[in-house]
Amino acid sequence: MTFATMLQTMGSGMLKTILLFVLTLLGSIPLGMIVVFLKKSKFKPIAWLTDIYIAIMRGTPLMLQLLVWYFGPYYIFGWSIRGYKFPALLIGFIMNYAAYFAEIYRSGIDSMPVGQYEAAEILGYGKIQTFFRIILPQVIKRILPSVTNEVITLVKDTSLASALAYAEVFSLAKQISASQTSFLPFIVAGVFYFVANYVVAWIMKGIEKSMQYYK
Amino acid sequence: MAEQNLENQENLGKEVLRMTNIHKCFDTLVVLQDINLTVHHGEVVSIIGPSGSGKSTLLRCATFLERIDGGEIEYLSKTAAKTENNGKVSYANKQEMKEIKKYFGLVFQQFNLFPHQSVLQNVMGAPVHVLKRDKKEVEEEARILLQKMGLADKADAYPCNLSGGQQQRVAIARALAMKPEVLFFDEPTSALDPELTIEVLKIIRQLAEEKMTMVIVTHEMSFARAVSNRVIFMDGGVIVEEGDPEDVFGDPQQERTKQFLKSYKD
Ligand SMILES: Nc1ncnc2c1ncn2[C@@H]1O[C@H](COP(=O)(O)OP(=O)(O)O)[C@@H](O)[C@H]1O
Ligand SMILES: [Mg+2]
Repeated sequence: MTFATMLQTMGSGMLKTILLFVLTLLGSIPLGMIVVFLKKSKFKPIAWLTDIYIAIMRGTPLMLQLLVWYFGPYYIFGWSIRGYKFPALLIGFIMNYAAYFAEIYRSGIDSMPVGQYEAAEILGYGKIQTFFRIILPQVIKRILPSVTNEVITLVKDTSLASALAYAEVFSLAKQISASQTSFLPFIVAGVFYFVANYVVAWIMKGIEKSMQYYK
Repeated sequence: MAEQNLENQENLGKEVLRMTNIHKCFDTLVVLQDINLTVHHGEVVSIIGPSGSGKSTLLRCATFLERIDGGEIEYLSKTAAKTENNGKVSYANKQEMKEIKKYFGLVFQQFNLFPHQSVLQNVMGAPVHVLKRDKKEVEEEARILLQKMGLADKADAYPCNLSGGQQQRVAIARALAMKPEVLFFDEPTSALDPELTIEVLKIIRQLAEEKMTMVIVTHEMSFARAVSNRVIFMDGGVIVEEGDPEDVFGDPQQERTKQFLKSYKD
């Protein structure tokens, strides 16, 4: 196998990693917000269930969760899981990351001074307006560093998809390395993750900068 | 503003706020007892008293940031809260409260400006998004208000780049932009250095001359004496003494008032 063909093969894995990464963010960032609302629900059973969900997502290994999401339907319901691998991965990653994002959002929301809510209330802003116009923009600025950490962790966590033998970069690197008895695929994978995180950090820094116009 | 003043002149002397037999406690701590407060159009009422006497709580009850445990609150003869026969306090429904809330504004000790919004956005936000008024028209008014506050050149600045005095003046402009019938101030200068205090007091004095209806909690005794039509001295959750500023400051009748005022002279 030439270096070029190896790169080409791994390239397809990189695309899969990037797809998994992007779709996980697109799903978990908004879902995390919904989870916070459920957690803050005045209807207690919903708040408790949400707490349990968050505790499980944070208290068990993501790799195990992925296996459960993938094989669960077969073992529990006897359903065929053909072609279900990618959806299972997405569900697993999104559900897990939504729990972490929810905790970040919650800490950001809780850190807001009560005076902001009171000023908005006196001015007649409704609850929804207050949240979206006054609270959320400030929360985003406050939580951005934690979100950056989480996103960088996700770049690396995508390699856990190898637990389901999903052909992303890490799985391919292992396979090619074994079949070609070469160390090179690991170097290529390492460089890929490093560059991907560099890009993520650069983008997040840009977003943080765009919010530096106020303290 | 001119329009509003005319309106104020017509209404001069009309009752804006009436609070009757207000009771408020936090758990077992009784904070307000049997408070009666009526404010008429064009009137400036100052509330003085030692820290912990319930002044902030009274304003917070008047502005519905706190629920009262007994009594009645009326704005322009509309009942906002009243005590039912069973002793429980009931508030008007959501729609009525929304209307009643338009009658007042509140200026906080800590300003509570929205830090992510420019000065202009802070002032324009509520008229545009709450009252759904025309943006252009609101901006025109907002700029006039800022000019009045001496902040015409700060429209595009952010609160973090302003001095405390400037921030408080933005907060006053933000409240005035909603054209309230009555404006409450809770120690508007207590977070400010003396030089900055002066510029804020100047603005409030100017509003008083324009017959803006105001209720001001303050520790600035000479200011209260100069601008108010009426002074209320509170202590331990009750109104101890109330009257013309010259009488209350010049010839207090109650022992507690005398002692309190004396502590300010020393
Ligand atoms: N949210 C609250 N919970 C419990 N006690 C409170 C609360 N707010 C105020 N108090 C108490 O009520 C009393 C009156 O407070 P406050 O109205 O702030 O007085 P003032 O503004 O005159 O200094 C104080 O004893 C204070 O500790
Ligand atoms: Mg106070």
